Amino acid sequence: MASDSDSDGDFVTFGTPLEPLEEDEPLRKPVPLYEQTVKDEKGRYQRFHGAFTGGFSAGYFNTVGTKEGWTPATFVSSRQQKAGRQNARPEDFMDEEDLGDHGIAPRQITTTADFASGRKDVIRDKARAITSLSAPIPGDTVLEDLVAPARSSMGVELLRKMGWKDGQGVGPRVKRRLCKQRADSATRAFGSASPPNGSSESQDEEDGEFVPENVTFAPKDVTPIDFTPKVDLHGLGYRGLNPLAALRGGPGAGHINLFTMDSDRTNSLFGEDRKGQRRRGGVAGQGFGVGAMEDDDEDIYHRDIMSNYDTVLGGEEPGNGLYGWTAPQQYNRKKKDHSKDAAYLGKILEGFTLASDKLETKTIFPPPNLPRDFRPVHYFRPVVDLSSVSPMVAQALQTSRGHMAQEEPSKGGRHQLDSAQRRELLGEATLQGPSSVFDLLKVEDRERLSSLRRPSSDTSSGPRQPTPGEARAAVVAAGVAAAAARASAQKALSSRFAPHAEQQQQEALSVWSGPTAQAQTGQTFKPFERTPHKQARYDLYIDQLKQGDRDALELSLDPTMTEWERGRERDEFVRAALLYKPSSSSLSCRFTRGKQDDGVEADTVEVTRDQENDVDDKQAAVKMKMFGKLTRDTFEWHPDNLLCKRFNIPDPYPGSGFVGMPKVKRDKFSVFNFLTVSESPTASASPAPQGVKPSEPGKRSRWDVSGQAGDKERKEKDPVSEFLSVARIEASGSGPEASTTDGPTTDPTVEPDTEQKEEEEEEESRPSMDLFKAIFASSSDEKSSSSSEGESEEEEEKEEGVRSKAGTGPQISNQLNVNTTQPAPPVSTTPSQHPDILFKTPSGPAAAPPPRDQEMEEEEFGPRLPPPSSTLTAERRPSPTPSAKDDKHKKKCKEKHKAKKHGKHKKDKKQKKKHKRHKHKGKQKKTKKEESSDSSSEGSDGNGQEDGEEGGGVSTEELLRRLKSIRGKNLQ
Amino acid sequence: MVRTQTNTHTVRYDCCSTWSCLCIYITRFRCFSSSHFLSTHLSPPPLSLSFSADGNYLLSCGSDKSLKLWSVSRGTLLKTYSGHGYEVLDADGSYDNSQLCSCSSDKTVILWDVATGQVTRKLRGHAGKVNCVQFNEEATVILSGSIDGTVRCWDTRSRKFDPIQILDEAQDGVSSLKVSEHELLTGSVDGRVRRYDLRMGQLHVDFINSPITCVCFSADGQCTLTSSLDSTVRLLDKSTGEMLGEYTGHKMKGYKLDCCLSSKDTHVLSCSEDGHVYCWDLVEGSLMLKLPVGKAVVQSLSFHPSETRLLTAMEGRVQVWGAEPEETEEEVVVVQQEKA
Repeated sequence: MASDSDSDGDFVTFGTPLEPLEEDEPLRKPVPLYEQTVKDEKGRYQRFHGAFTGGFSAGYFNTVGTKEGWTPATFVSSRQQKAGRQNARPEDFMDEEDLGDHGIAPRQITTTADFASGRKDVIRDKARAITSLSAPIPGDTVLEDLVAPARSSMGVELLRKMGWKDGQGVGPRVKRRLCKQRADSATRAFGSASPPNGSSESQDEEDGEFVPENVTFAPKDVTPIDFTPKVDLHGLGYRGLNPLAALRGGPGAGHINLFTMDSDRTNSLFGEDRKGQRRRGGVAGQGFGVGAMEDDDEDIYHRDIMSNYDTVLGGEEPGNGLYGWTAPQQYNRKKKDHSKDAAYLGKILEGFTLASDKLETKTIFPPPNLPRDFRPVHYFRPVVDLSSVSPMVAQALQTSRGHMAQEEPSKGGRHQLDSAQRRELLGEATLQGPSSVFDLLKVEDRERLSSLRRPSSDTSSGPRQPTPGEARAAVVAAGVAAAAARASAQKALSSRFAPHAEQQQQEALSVWSGPTAQAQTGQTFKPFERTPHKQARYDLYIDQLKQGDRDALELSLDPTMTEWERGRERDEFVRAALLYKPSSSSLSCRFTRGKQDDGVEADTVEVTRDQENDVDDKQAAVKMKMFGKLTRDTFEWHPDNLLCKRFNIPDPYPGSGFVGMPKVKRDKFSVFNFLTVSESPTASASPAPQGVKPSEPGKRSRWDVSGQAGDKERKEKDPVSEFLSVARIEASGSGPEASTTDGPTTDPTVEPDTEQKEEEEEEESRPSMDLFKAIFASSSDEKSSSSSEGESEEEEEKEEGVRSKAGTGPQISNQLNVNTTQPAPPVSTTPSQHPDILFKTPSGPAAAPPPRDQEMEEEEFGPRLPPPSSTLTAERRPSPTPSAKDDKHKKKCKEKHKAKKHGKHKKDKKQKKKHKRHKHKGKQKKTKKEESSDSSSEGSDGNGQEDGEEGGGVSTEELLRRLKSIRGKNLQ
Repeated sequence: MVRTQTNTHTVRYDCCSTWSCLCIYITRFRCFSSSHFLSTHLSPPPLSLSFSADGNYLLSCGSDKSLKLWSVSRGTLLKTYSGHGYEVLDADGSYDNSQLCSCSSDKTVILWDVATGQVTRKLRGHAGKVNCVQFNEEATVILSGSIDGTVRCWDTRSRKFDPIQILDEAQDGVSSLKVSEHELLTGSVDGRVRRYDLRMGQLHVDFINSPITCVCFSADGQCTLTSSLDSTVRLLDKSTGEMLGEYTGHKMKGYKLDCCLSSKDTHVLSCSEDGHVYCWDLVEGSLMLKLPVGKAVVQSLSFHPSETRLLTAMEGRVQVWGAEPEETEEEVVVVQQEKA
């Protein structure tokens, strides 16, 4: 049992447990609403009665009967025994509810009145005492008290037995002095709410002067504090309207003060405060008129006077009549001193006591006295280091100060801080670029300037006499410096045009090793951002250039790369370093680039960069049912980032700034727009903006786009252009073919599109673009287009420098790919040049039908409008010596021969188509096999049908393959 | 409900010996149609059909500016969605059948709540009639192609009323549109089929040289089916653009008629202006079946996603064609249900 109880004691159980659910018990239907009735323990319906009847049923179903009928329970048949007399107790007439916990006779152990806490009784007693005083016959309850049995609780009895008397406090007896103080404080704190007998006693004691030594007194009784919380929203002390007071007529009860204090109210209850007011028996008041016994009938109808009300918000100063005038402190204090206690006496709110000790007032110190001649304006005297400022300024400052500033500058005002100091004070980031104009100059220029400056400063030695000529000299010097800078820039520009690599390297070195570049810490322009490795190498190169390293280039290049790649990268780096040499970049960092190109480019339209191939070809292909490569164009297309998100697909071009097809700007009103052009002529004609463009952050230039998107294309293209440039440089040196290079030349590498396979074929057949330009374009256009050959070379070089996204890794293999799969963008087309070009360009197979073809086609199809790209591509290139080319590109030989062969074979269009198709197949395969280029694969594909079969390998489905084979057979 | 059994005909054909395993023995097509089909969609020409994703429901839209949802098995009209201002040209249901989207000549695309029939969103932006509309797989994007030559991608998740992206590559009206997991296939009147590959970020354009009326993906995702106004249906390899099959014989000269592949990619079906549905063997390219639907133009057809059932629309009447192996038990059951 004990253990059981222990185990039970560990847990506490509340409520009745749910019945355990049985597995196969059928689900009980919910009880409908009409069956949900309230029943008591005996199963009787609990009838809810009206509001007055308490809401429980009585009797037996609200009858006086019982279950057995209307038979009294006390009935006893008199045959056996007589019914005994029964004393009916109240419980006999009670229901179970009455005997329950909440009934009127609960059957449970409760404290009886004797033992209950006497507090209720005390309050009742006090209330009775008060009412007895205010009763019509004063002291009429005294009789009741006398008659009524003294009912006091057990505690009171015990206390009495211990010597306690009514009205005394509980506790040890105290000496008189203490007792008096206590009594005083008690009177103050609780006013006359304390029992009257106690207060009178204390007053009696107060009166007596005799203080016996060994007499102790009982402590003062304490009225229990009322802890009822304040739940209403009334102000403190608000009592509400007392209807008794309102109806109580008479002259004194003129105005109802809602905020009378407790003491007032109790006083009024005691009938003490109202002078001349007697308690009247009987009914009196406003509505009752004047009785026969009344003396005064003057104020029957209650009249309230407006002077009883406050007319000023906030009230008036009570007591003193000093309205609005703040009296001196002493006056107030003195007045309060004696009036305070009296003023607060009996007016303290319930629950508040008068503070025994005063609040400490804050000591406020008066402000210091100002001297008489104080002017409340302060200005900082500029203290200038005379040695650092120009003499003129120094003199001006001195005169302004009124005395010679001989003292050392101790603390500078803001006027003498230079921009750097101010920047430091303000915590701004340092401006990138040089801080002075002189930083922009080259070293020698600066030296020259300083040498110019020195004599003048020498003359002005001594006490620093300001010469007005000096400042002028400085201005002149600045002008000279600017001119020198311009000259140097020009020189740099011209040096860039010089093809000599060594010279360029020297130039780059001299530019970058200057102090300007040193000062420029954060390099803003990153030309090779697309390929981080390359950019890292370029950064290294620039760093070493800054340190003045002579062979910075060689050190920074990747030794693992091939010789050819390194040579290429070398050129690129040098060009990039020259292009973005610190002077230009430092200047540019001072300007914010415009968000929109305006003015010059206002009359341009955005045209999709990738143009579709020729529709005629496709129509022919469709007619021949040669779907596939001929009818398909693949473009770069940028889906919206959100669209990718919605499709649960990673963004193929994260960070791409635009959606849709890449766009390029075109001249709006140029005829050439409406030809199948892939490059705006202005782009090649104006190299300078091209150079700046790639770093443009907001708008992406075409180069960015193509570099980013068609990475592969770029890789394929770059070697070609590089090769071409090399070849051309060599050719220009060798000379014999130089005569052929007159005429408009444009940049072949500008051609961005590698998708334009068919187009090139068409381009060949069209007259060169300069013919159209001669007809349509303005003279300025002509001039720009017919710029010198060297310039065009420069352009190309620069563009290569700019366009720095070329892949570094698989370039050799790419080169092969270019030859085999990639119809190279630069296609050159003068008949006389033709064989040469065929041999020269690595893009041989795609290019160059024999000149006869061109003429034939022209006759066939009439004057077709030429694509402007033909101008771009119709560059007459100096043919390099084959030997030089063979040195570097032996691998291409095979393809070139093939190209030649192809060129010769192209007799009629149909055959051409076939070849084209074959080429595309080759390319397609290339891309599929991930650049595993070998010439054998394309050598094998002799005809289209086989290709079709092979191309079917794409789809893994056997069904499709078989289908294709069937189709192939049909076609054959 | 009055149900009239219009025609029951038996079509037998000799299947190809080599592909016998792949052929469905479509021995008997039974057509049942309800007269209220006719009564609800009044004027015939622009009527498009589509099965819901699970094939239990069909959605028809017509020139009475309304959209109707039918139960396929019972042939009963479940709900009518009205809110368009002009004829409804195309509609599509989401994968979970909770939403519908429809497009109309009133240049709007409307997203509907299926259960309540309320317009969830009304998307304006197209400059012309909206020809085709399609949900993506998760019904997060509505793609709509319009006569204004653009495809607009509407976001159903956000509250924005602007399209996510506008594909304006087409040089003429976009007539047909299909969405796969990560690809978007559009056919345009400029004679080009464009496939937007979102994963690769590429746009592939196939030149057909004739206005495209309908494009489809094959179920295996390797091919695209294209019908054009030169009365040819072409099966193109998706990756290379090569033509794998060409299906001719039907007449499609002026109407924008549908074509589709059977659920298992074994047959190619196309509407025709001569009142027949043509059914070719996909591999052979031979005409397998010429299903006479009526005298007028078969405007739209749709193949059940899993079963061999075919929907055809003609002159405001929708017909459901089912294949019976040999016995007609299934169809009989259906008919009895109809009568009951």
